[in-house]
Formats: sequence, C-alpha cells, structure tokens
Amino acid sequence: MGRYVGHSVKRREDPRFIQGKGRYVANLELHGMAHVAVKRSPYPHARVVGVDSSAAAAMDGVIAVFTGRDFADGGCGALPCGWLVPDTKVPERPVVVTDRVMHVGDSVAVVVAEDPYTASDAVEAIEVEYESLPSVVDARGTTDADAPQLHDGIEGNVSYYWKLGDSEACKQAFAEADETVELELVNQRLIPTAMEPRAAAASWDAASEEMTVWTTSQNPHPIRLLLSAFTLGIPESKLRVISPDVGGGFGSKIFHYPEEVIVPWVARQIGRPAKWVATRTESQMTDSHGRDHVTVARLAMKSDGTFTGLDVETWANQGAYLSTFAPLIPTALYITLLAGNYRTKGVFGRVHGTLTNTVPVDAYRGAGRPEAAYLVERLVDLAADRLGRDPLDLRKQNAIRKEEFPYQTPVAFLYDSGDYDRLMSTAAANADYDGMRRAQEEAREEGRLRGVGVVCCIEASGPAPSAVAGSLGSAVGFWESGEVRVHPTGQISVFTGSHTHGQGHETTLAQVVADELGVPLESVEVVHGDTGRINFGMGTYGSRSACVGGSALVRSAEKVRAKVVKIGAHLLEAAEEDVVYDRDAGRVHVKGSPDRAKAFGEIAFAAYTAHNLPEGVEPGLDFVSFYDPENFTFPASSHICEVEVCPETWQVRILRYVAVDDVGKVINPMIVEGQIQGGVVQGVGQALTETAGYAEDGSFLTGTMLEYAVPRADLLPGIEVDRIETPSPHNPLGVKGAGEMGTIAATPAVANAVLDALRPLGVKHVELPLTPERIWRAVRDAQSAAA
Amino acid sequence: MYPSRFDYHRAASIEEAVQLLGSVEGAKLVSGGHSLIPAMKLRVAQPTALVDIGRIEGLSGISSDEDGLAIGALTTHAEVAASAAVKSACPGLAEAAAAIGDIQVRNRGTIGGSLAHNDPGADYPGAMLAFGAEITAVGSNGERTIAASDLFVDMFTTCLDETEVITGVRIPAARGTAYLKHRHPASSYAVVGVAARVATEGGDVSECAVGVNGVTGCAVLAGPVSESLCGRPANQDRIRTAAGRVGESLDGAVGDLYASAEFRVHLAEVHARRALAAAASRAG
Ligand SMILES: Cc1cc2nc3c(=O)[nH]c(=O)nc-3n(C[C@H](O)[C@H](O)[C@H](O)COP(=O)(O)OP(=O)(O)OC[C@H]3O[C@@H](n4cnc5c(N)ncnc54)[C@H](O)[C@@H]3O)c2cc1C
Repeated sequence: MGRYVGHSVKRREDPRFIQGKGRYVANLELHGMAHVAVKRSPYPHARVVGVDSSAAAAMDGVIAVFTGRDFADGGCGALPCGWLVPDTKVPERPVVVTDRVMHVGDSVAVVVAEDPYTASDAVEAIEVEYESLPSVVDARGTTDADAPQLHDGIEGNVSYYWKLGDSEACKQAFAEADETVELELVNQRLIPTAMEPRAAAASWDAASEEMTVWTTSQNPHPIRLLLSAFTLGIPESKLRVISPDVGGGFGSKIFHYPEEVIVPWVARQIGRPAKWVATRTESQMTDSHGRDHVTVARLAMKSDGTFTGLDVETWANQGAYLSTFAPLIPTALYITLLAGNYRTKGVFGRVHGTLTNTVPVDAYRGAGRPEAAYLVERLVDLAADRLGRDPLDLRKQNAIRKEEFPYQTPVAFLYDSGDYDRLMSTAAANADYDGMRRAQEEAREEGRLRGVGVVCCIEASGPAPSAVAGSLGSAVGFWESGEVRVHPTGQISVFTGSHTHGQGHETTLAQVVADELGVPLESVEVVHGDTGRINFGMGTYGSRSACVGGSALVRSAEKVRAKVVKIGAHLLEAAEEDVVYDRDAGRVHVKGSPDRAKAFGEIAFAAYTAHNLPEGVEPGLDFVSFYDPENFTFPASSHICEVEVCPETWQVRILRYVAVDDVGKVINPMIVEGQIQGGVVQGVGQALTETAGYAEDGSFLTGTMLEYAVPRADLLPGIEVDRIETPSPHNPLGVKGAGEMGTIAATPAVANAVLDALRPLGVKHVELPLTPERIWRAVRDAQSAAA
Repeated sequence: MYPSRFDYHRAASIEEAVQLLGSVEGAKLVSGGHSLIPAMKLRVAQPTALVDIGRIEGLSGISSDEDGLAIGALTTHAEVAASAAVKSACPGLAEAAAAIGDIQVRNRGTIGGSLAHNDPGADYPGAMLAFGAEITAVGSNGERTIAASDLFVDMFTTCLDETEVITGVRIPAARGTAYLKHRHPASSYAVVGVAARVATEGGDVSECAVGVNGVTGCAVLAGPVSESLCGRPANQDRIRTAAGRVGESLDGAVGDLYASAEFRVHLAEVHARRALAAAASRAG
C-alpha cells in the first residue's frame, strides 16, 4: 500500500456529477448549431423503393434532408469491422442505407433542422416506400435451409466459423467418460442501457479545414482513426475527436456508429455546427446489443468427479452487420474462456457467427466471458446433480491449484495467478454456506423453494498484447499510452489514452501517479478523452484501464523519476548513485543525509529554467510511454447467491448475495467495490429481468423502458462484497481488471440458485431471464413429464 | 423524445376547462401528465392543445363520512396511499394507490387522470369496480354521476364525452377490502391486479366483489368468484374454490413479452385468493 494506492480515496469526479455540472455531448451548445434527426426503418428487412422528403424539406425550420445516396455520393465510406477472424465475410454497412434496410432502426434518411422538435416533425413527414422482404432474427434459425439469404455471397448467413481447442482430446474424453451431462441454452440478447444515450456533435472550420467531433465514445482515438481512414475521409491531423463526460457505456460506446459520421458530414455540408442526441428509443434499437448465443454443450467426467472434456458449439447472432469488434466477442473472448477455473483437458469449442435482421451485436459488459461463465457454471451444477455431489465441493475438486500458475489452458490462455480454493473458501465462510444448506433443508421441509447458487468464474481482462490480438484478427493494437507532464511549478498533468465514463479514473490514475512520484494527490490532474490533448490511446473496455493504461503511466513516472534523480543529484552536487528518490516525501536526497535534499517542485522548476542542468540533459520534464501488456490478466471470483422462489407466483426473491473477487492488487477499494456491485446488478439483470425482444416477424418489442426491464434497487438485498488479492505478475501494478467480474459471476450465481430451488420439482433448465412465467412453465412441464 | 407541436391553456375553473375542450379542436385535458406526456413524447398521442386543470382550486383532497370517501379528481396517488381516512374506510384503495408506479409517479399522477385514461395496466380501475365507486363528471351538458362499471368501456376508452371533466370519486366505506398486484418489472404497471371486497353479516359473507385489472383490455368484475362465496362463512377452502373461478371472467385475457394470457389468468387466481383472504379477515 502506498500513500494513496490501496486507499478508498473519494472520487474526485463526483462533485461535478452530483451537482449537475457534468459536461456531456448533449449539453454542448455551439453558435448556430443545427439539430440532426434520423429517419429509421420500422421494417426488419425491406427494399427501399423510394424516399419522398419533399414535405419534410418544405417545412419551416428544416435546413436540409439527406438520403443514403447523398452520403454515398458525398464521400462517406462504409463502416468497417475492426476484428476479422480468418475468412470472415463482411456485409457492407453503409452509414445511411441506399436501397435496403437490414434491421428495425436502420437509418434511411437524415433531417437537419433549427431545433430538435422541428427535426422530429420532419422525420415524421418523410415518406418512405418499402417493399417488405422476408426476415430472420434467430441466431441458429438463420442458418436453416429455408431462411432468407440476407447478403449476396454470404451463404447460409454465416459470416464466419471459428474453432479452438484440442478436438482429439475432447473426443477421447467423451469416449472414456464415466458420466456426461448435456445442455442446450440461450444467452439472451441484452440492451446495454447506459444512463446517457449516445450523442454526437461536430463543428467544421472552413478556414483551417479542421473538424471537431464530440461523441459519446469510450475510445475517441480509434474513432478518429476510423473516421479518417474509412468513413469521413478527413486526415487525422485535421480531425479532433472529443469524448467529454460520458454517462456510462458498458461496451456499447466502443463502436463506430453511423451518427458519428452523419453529424460531421452534415456540419461540413451545411457550414454550421450540428448535433444529434439519441432518444431512449433510438438507443434501445440502434446501440449495439449484447450476448445472443444459442449453444449446445456437453461435459465429460470421471465417476470421481474429475472433468475431462468439454464440447461446445455456439451460434452467435452478430446482427444485420458486423459492428466494430463483433467477431472478437464470441471467439477470442468466449471460446478461450471455456476452461473456466478448472483443469479440464479436452476443451473444444466452435462458433458460427451468423447474420440476421437485428441490431448488430457486440461487446456488452463482460463481452463473451459472461456467456462462457453462464454455460460452464450451469454445466458444473448439472454435473454435481448427476453425481450427487455438493456443487461447491465439485468445483474445488476440479479447480486449478494455486501452485499450478501460470497455468496453460487447452484454449490458448495462460492464466497469470490465482487461488481459486481460497476464493471459494472465503465465499463459503462469508456466506455461511453450510448454514445456508441447513436453512434450505428446513425450508424444503416446509414446502418452500429455497436455493443456493455457487459459482467460480474467470475473466480475461486488460486486453491485450498487440501481437496476440493481431494474430487473432484484430486490425489494431491494444497497448495504451500514458504521459506524465510535470509543469515548472511541480503540478502534474497526466494524459491517458484510457477513457473514464463512470469508472473513476480521474481518481485512481491520480492515486497511481501521486504514489509513483511521492507528490500530493491534489497536484495531479488526469486528462482524458480528447485527441487534441492526448497523443493516442486505445480507450477503455475489457477492464483494461488500470492494467494497461495505469501501467503506461507507471512507466512514464519511472522516466520522470529517473530524470528528477539526475537533475537532483546535479543540484546537490552529488553523484547520481549517491542520491535516492524518497517516494514518501517526494524529494531527492543524498544517501544517508536526508537533510541534503531537493524537493520535487524545485527540481521540476530547475528542469524548465535549465540554468543549471547536468551535461547532456535536455530541459523539460515530460514523458510518454506506450505500454503493450505481456498478457491478459485473469481476475476470478466466487459468488454465492441464496434465493427463494414463490411456489404460486413463481417470483424469485434474492435473500443474500455474497461476492468474493480477486482482481489482483486494488488501487481504490471503494471504487472496486462499486464496480463489483454495479456489475453484479447487471448480471442479475440478465438472470432475472432483461431480454431484448424480437417478434418472429422481426419487429422489435423492447423499444422503451416500459418493456425492457433493467434491474431496480428492490431486486437485490445489499451485496456483500469481499476480496482476496493475488497480484498479477504481468504488470507493474499487480492489478487485474475489476469492471466486469461482477457481471460475469452474477448471472450463473442467480441461475444456479434458482435451479437449485427448483430441483425438488424436477426442473433441470429454464432459459433466461428467469421470469415467473418461464419458471411456471418449466415446473408444469417437469411435472407432466414425471406423471 | 420530442412531442409534436401543441398549444397550452391553463384553465382557472372547471367551467373554463369544459368550454376550452368544447371549442379548441383536438384539445386534451392534462392533470398529472403521467400518462399523457409519455404518450406525447412517443408521439402516440398528438393533441393540438393541452388544457391544464392541475391548478384548479378545490379539485384535490379527501373527505370522509360514515358513508364513505369523497376524493377530488386531482388527488395524487401518494395522497390516497398515505391518507388515514382512506386506510381506515377502504384499506384496499390505499393499497391500490400505494402499488402504482414509483414515488415520482405517485406524487404527480392523479386519480381523475388514471380513471379517465383507463390504461389496461392501471391499478385503480379494478378497485373502482370491486369497491363500487361512483365518478362525478362535469361537461357541456352539466354534471352527472357515473357508476364505475359504466365508466370503463374498453382499453383506453371510457364513457366520458370529449368535454367531460372528472371532478371526483365517491367510494362506499368498506373495511373488508384489499388490493394485490404483480407488477411488470419494467413499467411497474399491473401485469395482474386484483381488488377484493368482502362484507359479512352474522359471520356469513353478505357481499363480495372481485375486480381484476391488467389481464384483459379493460378491468372486469369477476362475477362467479363473488357468487360462490356469498351466503356462507368465508374459509380458506371456499376462498380457494371461489378464486379458482376468476378465469371464467377473463376470456379476453391478453399477453405480452413478459407474461402470456394464460399465465396472467394463473396469477389472477393466486392474487384473487390472497386478496379475498385479506379482505375477509379485515371484514371480520
Ligand atoms: C413510469 C410510470 C409508471 C406508472 N406506473 C403505473 C402503475 O403501476 N399503475 C398505474 O395505475 N398507473 C401507472 N402510471 C400512470 C400514472 O398512474 C398516471 O398518473 C395516471 O394513469 C394518469 O393520471 P394523470 O393525472 O397523470 O393523467 P394525465 O396524464 O394528465 O392524463 C391522462 C388522460 O386522462 C385525461 N384526463 C386527465 N385528467 C382528467 C380528468 N380530471 N377528467 C377527464 N379526463 C382527464 C387526459 O386528457 C389524458 O387523456 C405510471 C406512469 C408512469 C410514467
């Protein structure tokens, strides 16, 4: 623990957020700003026969109406996909369609008006003639022979097929298995639901030919790169992308979206600043969705409970087009996680990335890892049930041992560190697991349906070594940049390529740098989210900001320290080897004589006056590092959930939720706890309430908050959070990601608890979300099967 | 979410509101705005003008005498839920009000607005039917009193004409009342809401009514349920049998993504049993 690192420093960003002083894209008011609204398709799949915008264009206050042709002819390129696994077939994704809509919400025309009300009126006044085409929404159904073919040259609507693991070992495990369990399950489609809807604004300076784009992005630099190289065609040097305060993203704000192209294009076209802010309905039907897998899997084991093989086949719905990182999620972030926390040898997974008439699917909190965890942890519970074993006990038996790290899984990953046995024991102790089991017995005797769900989950966070990412299909690298700029007064600006949209980096990264340099926290300011101020950066997702972004800053701080020592020694007229950098006091002093010292501020000043620098030392005190991680980090968790299911209304009540996580070294325990809690809530959402619904005919059923059920405070009791720490050896901070673990573990923890409660009724499986009706039906089916 | 263009009038009196509704083409009343404004933001409703009655004096408040409760149209759900008079004269009504939406909704939404809107998922309509409410409305043809069973015609439809303003609701005193609901996890509206009223005489059930909202397009009185309870003491078995007949009145049950028609009927039976038991025990 340092002076700051390891302490629950209060979040410095919160005063502005809780006082309504946040600066979001929607708050932006630029002189002469026009308002953009988008005409969207009500059809899942249709030919656009004609667009009549004459009435809209003639309305008072309407500046212009543009159609897909205008954008295509006006130099807008198609939206690219930044992650292509071998032989991926990429459907063309225009910014605004010209002749065919592929999902409800696809953009058909764009209105520019003096105010957002008029823009909305004009959108209604545009008449589009559609010729409806057959559509398909189901991840696996789209590959059926009789499904409509959605794209020329993409046979069977399969964009790619990917496999990983040792299929021979897997086959052999099943051939030699004493027992096997099988499961077909759906990881249902979810809407990421950030508090702030997406928005974009832009301003074009005709004199300098510079474009500034404000966007609700988790990664402004990659957006600038894509805008420049693919969609807008303005040189990166003339393009500034700013992501100011962003109200949550959960992955959905990583991607390059059409509106980010539309708005700057319009601004240049009309010679006025322009802004678009999504309505909640637009968010729900155009933000990339998450999950949407159909999976068939089986687990092989020995009669003593040893897992020997896991065979998984998944159909991953990628939606109508490939969103920016879509193919990454069900491949390198899903199949690679199927070993879970276990020593299973014969793991083999394959995935069909399929195309449908739905909103594109991409990363959503956990991204691939929750899908894997839910599958693996359900299978383990089925195995325990089959073997008549306690599920915690069976997990412990199969868990990778502490002394086996670094552990090479059969599906590519080399796990860094962990202690899964201790993780589970801590969770069991905190939950009073044995007491929970006794209470369950008593409840059952009284006819109540009590259940206990246990999980042990793994995450791969902190993506990623760039060369590994490249070999897996990435078009970009995943290093991070961090600059520590010490000003002459000794004040420090820290520039990070990570982006905070709720995570608290303005606090945690300042904690890191303040400790590295031994300066007061107050003297460190964190700057992020602006390509005009930060040299480059890959942004925030995959729980990478501390591991990768934080490490880049550590490297820069080391460089600052080295130079401070050099200059300090010179000023003290001592040899460099004879002085030390005192990180507690933030000064350099002569070894053995703490009084012969130069304070950090004095040295910073001397670096800039440059009146008396050692020979060969340049003036200034400003260092940049580009940190490319050696490996992912592998956080783990064990969560225990206790539920009771009402045997009449079939509502699930969570009685207790106990989380123990290992996210490596913790920089700010309060923030980590918040991340775990928020993550758990979203995981519970997948388990109990959330589902993005499409009717079979492709119409979208969850376009408002009236239908889409995000979890509410009353769904959960207090979440009991605890942790163990096994530092990651792969980065200088010893940290692992903390942003997604809660989400990954919570879905299977709740599902296992509910199915445990239903066990006496003979129910083996219920699809998520575990709504009362689904449970009711499963119970009825089980009872009629038994009869 | 931007509504289409509309004019705004603030009525100083009921008479002015009635007059405006009669004279301004496409005008609609607004009270708490918690059904109408969301519909306007989605452009499902596009009134050309709003007539705001929210600040008319004397339209809000609760009074009670031995016959029952008189509740002004502008009385908010929060006021009804918190009212000692309501809790004592008709506890089921306080329960229905407390079950509506969330705190913000209860602080803004009004009983008059809810009844006039007649949302299939609203909580008041079933209670109004079961508790035998009478609604007072003033329109261009003067004032009239409407039985709850006449007011609710169909989904989002009442018997009110375009100029009529609900001014208040009268509800007979009935200790033996209860309201229970299964709320939608997203909207909070009733997936199923059951209001029950039980009155006893000499230990036998003398009167009984069950109103159900959320299941069918428009709230209904479940006739067979009450028939099978009257004339005898209420006990668990009889209540269970009676509640089991609630489905007979729910022919037009509708489903959505969250709950099918069939499951709603199941939930209605469960809630009817529980609500009847609570009402019977309060009736004594
Ligand atoms: C998030 C949310 C959740 C909700 N959850 C629930 C719930 O769980 N249960 C529930 O019952 N309701 C729920 N509601 C609706 C809420 O109770 C509304 O307040 C109520 O339905 C309408 O009352 P209002 O005063 O807001 O009416 P307004 O929205 O002002 O008006 C509704 C309609 O009634 C008409 N009207 C209004 N007042 C009168 C009058 N005095 N005479 C004649 N016509 C009139 C209007 O012209 C309009 O057509 C919810 C609303 C929201 C926004």
